[in-house]
Amino acid sequence: MSDLDFTPFLLSFKLASIVTVILFVIAIPISWWLSQTKSKAKPFIEAVVSLPIVLPPSVIGFYILYALSYNSIIGSFFEDTFNVKLVFNFTGLVIASCFYSFPFMVQPLQGGFESLNKNMLEASYVAGKSKLQTLLHVAIPNIKPAIITAIIITFAHTVGEFGVVLMVGGSIPDETKVASVAIYEMVEIMDYSMAHIYSAIMLTLSFIVLLGVYIFNQKHKKRIGIS
Amino acid sequence: MINIDISKKLQGSNGDMQLNVKLNIDDGTFLAISGKSGSGKTTLLRILAGLEDSNGSLHVENKTWLNSKKSLAPQERDIGFVFQDYALFSNMSVEDNLLFVNKDKNLAKELLELTQLSQLSKRLPNTLSGGQQQRVALCRAFMNRPKLLLMDEPLSALDPAMRAKLQNDILTLHKKYKTTTIMVSHDPSEIYKLASRVIVLENGEIIQDGDAKDILLKTKGSQKFSLRGEIIDILKADIIFVAVVAIGQQIVEVVLDDEEASSFKVGQVVDVGTKAFAPSLY
Repeated sequence: MSDLDFTPFLLSFKLASIVTVILFVIAIPISWWLSQTKSKAKPFIEAVVSLPIVLPPSVIGFYILYALSYNSIIGSFFEDTFNVKLVFNFTGLVIASCFYSFPFMVQPLQGGFESLNKNMLEASYVAGKSKLQTLLHVAIPNIKPAIITAIIITFAHTVGEFGVVLMVGGSIPDETKVASVAIYEMVEIMDYSMAHIYSAIMLTLSFIVLLGVYIFNQKHKKRIGIS
Repeated sequence: MINIDISKKLQGSNGDMQLNVKLNIDDGTFLAISGKSGSGKTTLLRILAGLEDSNGSLHVENKTWLNSKKSLAPQERDIGFVFQDYALFSNMSVEDNLLFVNKDKNLAKELLELTQLSQLSKRLPNTLSGGQQQRVALCRAFMNRPKLLLMDEPLSALDPAMRAKLQNDILTLHKKYKTTTIMVSHDPSEIYKLASRVIVLENGEIIQDGDAKDILLKTKGSQKFSLRGEIIDILKADIIFVAVVAIGQQIVEVVLDDEEASSFKVGQVVDVGTKAFAPSLY
């Protein structure tokens, strides 16, 4: 037990925290727009947002590598101008994870916004409140369970990702070697006892997180009178 | 003075129809809109509120809300809107629902006192009964002192006792603030009690326009009284027929002869009237 290294877990949680914050900020306006728009572009945008759910992580990883490595325009621009590498480091992981986990943030939020009583939003407009005021003071406070679900699921999903992380980040200790990659390596070198310990920790944490979400949602529904 | 001259193509359940409404409404009027479902009543209200677009023009107290060049957003029109399902901000207390519209605490206090809601001001909407919620919604609609108050079947989800209470509240507020009001309603007693003018819409057109008494009283000519009802059954009893007619919540029987029995059919809407005797109340 003495050589149990928690760095991969810390790295996983650091990555998931940063990605969740970034995606929350990006997803709120997009999901609000999707829930309110009658635009013909809506299904197109929805399909793009949902792509990471159906694509194999290796495909996402491959495209991200292709787009962000030094051989690409974006990658060379960032490295030459800002001296920032976009792949095989922690920055690369954050970018890749943002793409990978995006639908898990957008979809619950969009569902929450769509379930709001339209008349309630219109009552706010009629009262002279702008769309932004209505979003901040009426819409967001009334979709708390959806927000909690979106945040937790995004966080958990980012902690649990493997394929994209491995392709874009590799397995650099203290930089890109997150928990899921660490477990994969332990299995590869046949260190099953450590793989067991790491896997059990992941399993327990994931279960606690999900249980927490569902208990919160059940309580909230009771409190606001939806059964 | 409010001048309405609007038109819009609607896709109703009975195919396409054209909503055409030309109307001048004096300040302080309480106007009721009646008519079958699908006749365009709610759409008319939503157009006035700016929640739906339309062609034509709309002027309220010399201010243009809508013409061929511009259409003011709902935020820019001075309106109050009361929805059938209350539509309160469920994250805010009763008091905050009012103060969100306008920070005027004195007005909020006055409105809540007028509608006997002061005790409930800190409660959340979902802890209130339907009638209480609709009174909050009514108060909220008055918070920005609207030029025009729009109500879309505000009391249709409430039981009769609560309806009567709300009608009194609506009347109290209307008398106090003299707000020009347009209310969609199906309930003749409610219209009679509240409205000074009634229009009836059918297939997007105004087919009747007058004061409540003229439009709601169904008696014609020498009839002493007349009630509208629907035939729900025609029974043969010995040599005569009896039609069972539903009038509002009540069922009555009317004797028919052979010829009459064959000319009416179940489901038909009829007027039940009498000429010979004056009805008496007891």
